[in-house]
Amino acid sequence: MAAAVRAIGSLGRLPAAARAGPTRHTPPRGYACRNISTSSALQNRTHVSCDIKGDVAVVRFNTPNSKVNTLSKQLSAEFTDVMNEIWANEAVKSAVLISSKPGSFIAGADLNMLEACKTAQEVTQLSQDGQKMLEKIEHSPKPVVAAISGSCLGGGLEVAIACHYRVATKDRKTVLGTPEVLLGLLPGAGGTQRLPKMVGLPAAFDMMLTGRNIRADRAKKMGLVDQLVEPLGPGVKTPEARTIEYLEEVAIGFARGLANKTVSAKRSRGLMQRLTDYAMALPFVRQQVYKTVESKVQKQTKGLYPAPLKIIEVVKTGLDQGNDAGYLIEAQSFGQLAVTKESKALMGLYHGQVHCKKNKFGTPQKEVKTLAVLGAGLMGAGIAQVSVDKGIKTILKDTTQKGLDRGQQQVYKGLNSKVKKKSLTSFERDSILSNLMGQLDYKGFEKADMVIEAVFEDINVKHKVLKEVEAVIPAHCIFASNTSALPISQIAAVSKRPEKVIGMHYFSPVDKMQLLEIITTDKTSQDTAASAVAVGLKQGKVVIVVKDGPGFYTTRCLGPMLSEVVRVLQEGVDPKKVDAISTAFGFPVGAATLIDEVGVDVATHVAEDLGKAFGPRFGGGSIDLFKLMVQKGFLGRKAGKGFYVYQEGVKNRSVNSGMDEILEKFRVPANPDVCSDEDIQMRLVTRFVNEAAMCLQEGILSNPVEGDIGAVFGLGFPPCLGGPFRFADSYGARQLVDKLRKYEAVYGSQFTPCQLLLDHANSPSKKFHQ
Amino acid sequence: MSFMLSSALRNLPVSSAWAAGAFTRSLSCSSPFQAAAQPKTKKTLGKTGVKNVVVVEGVRIPFLQSGTTYADLMPHDLARAALQGLLTRTSVPRDVVDYIVYGTVIQEVKTSNVAREAALGAGFSDKTPAHTVTMACISSNQAMTTGVGMIAAGQCDVVVAGGVELMSDVPIRHSRKMRKTMLTLNRAKTLGQKLSLISKIRPDYFAPELPAVAEFSTSETMGHSADRLAAAFGISRLEQDEYALRSHSLAKKAQDEGLLQDVVPFKVPGKDTVTKDNGIRPSSLEQMGKLKPAFVKPYGTVTAANSSFLTDGASAMLIMSEEKALAMGYKPKAYLRDFVYVSQDPKDQLLLGPTYATPKVLEKAGLTLSDIDVFEFHEAFAGQILANLKAMDSDWFAQNYMGRKAKVGAPPLDKFNTWGGSLSLGHPFGATGCRLVITAAHRLKKEGGQYGLVAACAAGGQVMVCALRRGQEQQGWSCWGSAILPVIQTSLRHLWLPPPPLVLSLFPGAEPDPPCLSPPVRSCAEPQGPP
Repeated sequence: MAAAVRAIGSLGRLPAAARAGPTRHTPPRGYACRNISTSSALQNRTHVSCDIKGDVAVVRFNTPNSKVNTLSKQLSAEFTDVMNEIWANEAVKSAVLISSKPGSFIAGADLNMLEACKTAQEVTQLSQDGQKMLEKIEHSPKPVVAAISGSCLGGGLEVAIACHYRVATKDRKTVLGTPEVLLGLLPGAGGTQRLPKMVGLPAAFDMMLTGRNIRADRAKKMGLVDQLVEPLGPGVKTPEARTIEYLEEVAIGFARGLANKTVSAKRSRGLMQRLTDYAMALPFVRQQVYKTVESKVQKQTKGLYPAPLKIIEVVKTGLDQGNDAGYLIEAQSFGQLAVTKESKALMGLYHGQVHCKKNKFGTPQKEVKTLAVLGAGLMGAGIAQVSVDKGIKTILKDTTQKGLDRGQQQVYKGLNSKVKKKSLTSFERDSILSNLMGQLDYKGFEKADMVIEAVFEDINVKHKVLKEVEAVIPAHCIFASNTSALPISQIAAVSKRPEKVIGMHYFSPVDKMQLLEIITTDKTSQDTAASAVAVGLKQGKVVIVVKDGPGFYTTRCLGPMLSEVVRVLQEGVDPKKVDAISTAFGFPVGAATLIDEVGVDVATHVAEDLGKAFGPRFGGGSIDLFKLMVQKGFLGRKAGKGFYVYQEGVKNRSVNSGMDEILEKFRVPANPDVCSDEDIQMRLVTRFVNEAAMCLQEGILSNPVEGDIGAVFGLGFPPCLGGPFRFADSYGARQLVDKLRKYEAVYGSQFTPCQLLLDHANSPSKKFHQ
Repeated sequence: MSFMLSSALRNLPVSSAWAAGAFTRSLSCSSPFQAAAQPKTKKTLGKTGVKNVVVVEGVRIPFLQSGTTYADLMPHDLARAALQGLLTRTSVPRDVVDYIVYGTVIQEVKTSNVAREAALGAGFSDKTPAHTVTMACISSNQAMTTGVGMIAAGQCDVVVAGGVELMSDVPIRHSRKMRKTMLTLNRAKTLGQKLSLISKIRPDYFAPELPAVAEFSTSETMGHSADRLAAAFGISRLEQDEYALRSHSLAKKAQDEGLLQDVVPFKVPGKDTVTKDNGIRPSSLEQMGKLKPAFVKPYGTVTAANSSFLTDGASAMLIMSEEKALAMGYKPKAYLRDFVYVSQDPKDQLLLGPTYATPKVLEKAGLTLSDIDVFEFHEAFAGQILANLKAMDSDWFAQNYMGRKAKVGAPPLDKFNTWGGSLSLGHPFGATGCRLVITAAHRLKKEGGQYGLVAACAAGGQVMVCALRRGQEQQGWSCWGSAILPVIQTSLRHLWLPPPPLVLSLFPGAEPDPPCLSPPVRSCAEPQGPP
């Protein structure tokens, strides 16, 4: 699952880039900028203003009515204007670029602007405009210093690296990066050309291909910024206000220094860096780097994502054929990428994620300050970890000391790994842990605002726990059940106050998986839902809210697909092949491996429950195969054996030879008409998509957006396809139904398309995403 | 390496701010006739039902830049010299001392209870218990208030408090890995086991572990924090340099005029007698301006010239209950009144404690800032002092961070550290607190003031402020019911005191001094009072 997690994790980061999202442009009003230096008449600027401090011009970005600044058409135009005035003003010797918003320098290009473009040419034009502007800054006779505080991403970073000098605030909000690749794009304003020269080829590739966020201190080490400014505490102003003022003062100092040549923009490079640069200047070394990077990208993306390959190509062209060729191909590729369906899918996910970071139920009446988690298992401890590190006082209760110790150790380990990565200090770790109370009794539950149970998945155990808890918790306290399949209404049946009962389905490992599926029953109150969503958001989760039903949404979609996986295995395809076929389709984790990760016993349990609820539609593979595996102890990764053998420290796991006999026993004949690789992929995916559509049809899902987010972030549905609903749109409902009918003819009702899909197939104008 | 170490160490201890004046709650019973009077009057700052605690005398050996004359000594040697100086000057019989408390920051592991080692070496009775406290730069303040507590609680009558720091030598340890191997080696029985352990030693095991260069909780060095604090309050480099220059000039003047009476000479074995602080270097703004920032490079404002330097030194102070002092024929130099310890965010407000503590202690004492005649604030960094002055003078800060309606106001500079401060005199972490209190006492006496306020900030974001009242003639203060602030009372002039012969005859044992490192200290001891 690690791979899946990584893939999804990186996607998770993407929001930062686009958080800028929809920016409404307010129409130019009376006057906006504080003062305009030049003789030119007062202009109506709303996004960019300019102050002259002595001989230094301070240019401030401030997108109105938005938390972040985005490179919109309006902002770019005003910025160009202001810079022209600065160049024309003889009294000004240098300039500082800074944001008026402490949390955001420039968070990237305005996505709406890109999405409004109809053709690749239009996007290319945007890119070229940006390139020209930044080239002028790069060649400005008056030094320009970027004073970076807050997110400096995408287009924002490209502005910064076009400047002559960069000063950044060293705080957690200040991150630099090129997340375009996560949206299926590339840095389109000269970034692909400047970055390799600035940080060296390997680091530039790493940044552009992973889209990772780089903290300010790391950026300093890489040579991405020249100076750091430590955030200040309170003075006679708020820390935020004073820090950005200080950043400006320091940047002005450097701007002046650059103008009068007392400061040099040249960085002293370390020996290692000089050696690397020297090596990279040799064409054959570069070729080697391209080759290595390309093969790595190929391996990880299976060729499903065009952007990374384009990035390599564009960088290569720039380095080998010079700037002009580089800028040209950058703009062209940017245009081409922006209209690919992968890019649309990824942007769709981005918007979906923004959607799922909002609480549609509003602010809850009472904020959850004390949380109790029942069961210190993998899930329980994971939930405790993501809560306690957000400042929620957390009680972790288990029934045995051993279980509790294990859980507490898990939380410690999780936090300590952050210490090792230096994203947390050991002191912060300790003070976070002081908010975690491990215990075996119900002491302190009278103060709990919410209880999340993560006990064994058995309805009787859940009932017992619910009754025990209700005896000790206060009236306002919410009872949430972390179950992957048991219907919440069934659990709530024994509750004295069913309006306070809700489902919160976390995904394992909780600290890595971003999704939280919240399940409401008919009786769940709005405020309870609001509270659960608020807690989920505080824990940093992407939250979807679904109606109650067997398997809710995520588990229910996974059910038919896993059943099909078993059938494929029974048909004689070996697990390695199944994995290869599914990852080739874009799943981050192979289907057979996924079963091992979930746990065969859990899968059996769920399959049985869902089978009872939904009947033959969930059939396909033989459940007895699972049962026999459980009998033999092949429970998956946790037991060391499943379809594969897992050994500590062994990377290339081998197929579990004990499975041969079992698979042989359940062997069924394969029909060659539906057993090509592509058919197998489609058999898995169509059942998934069909079930997802059925969830929407039945009202389990309230909209396709949450369906896509749930599938991608919870189940690893290929991100390049954007989720089951976007996939249905792009693949075509008609074609999808055709496929389903084809397999229906062979396997029967498990492939019968649902009414909603049929409706879409019958009217081509109908789309899940407009 | 040595530079690293020194710059690292430099930041360590500076933080304690002594904010409060030492104050003693005056004991009503000391003057029974006053019990009927109002329980608390502004004048004495004493408190009904609480014993008055007085400072009889305080001394320190000269504070020297580390690595100079004291370089080869051990911390308890310095403490010993200060204790002997105190004995010589006061002639207090050793066995009268009930308890000894010392403060220190960087501990020499061989003498971890440095109070006891020094007391034994200084010839105190081996029946006198001693303990060592640590609270970063306010360690000796803590030692002193521990003594105040013991006396006020009626458990002791005579306590010696003090502090010591030797920055010329600090414990540098083997790496943890190496230590573990060495400890395991101790337990290994056979040669084979030993060899196998030794064979596991790798070159990186030999990398030494320097004493913490930074605040443990935030990993930030103190100088760095001071630079950020100065920036947060918009204190310029020039202002800082000017303040540092003021400190050095005033210290020089005080030294030249012989005002630093608390200094006792110290004959260092194998070297000459040290009689003066050696860190006072009045320079010029131009020269100071040439220095590069020491912490926030290259644009910071805190430099070597506007920070306190690494210092070796020790101080000692004799405190008693008022009755005891009077009975023994001493004129109290000051009354230790209210004190307050506060602490706050160790990251952004590490050195901002005096701002928080000052209004608290003033309130406790029922005084206002304008009642204070003498301010002695620990100067960790010029920027830190200026930031505190600015914070104290800001209504916005008071309202938003201190939960107060209005600012307390900044102390006027003409009453503020007028005999120099830690920037110029030096700052042996553990010893500074006592210096502040005794200096405040001496200044009250010299300037004829009534109340003093002492403040010092410490690592961990802690601070101690104490209010003092000047020692006065018995009559005068007997009617002071109670006072709160640490007002130091320093009157030698009009103290009520018994005739000196009484002192001498009472304690004949004090006459023969034991052999000591220092030259005859008595010769420069201050006369106890008018004959």
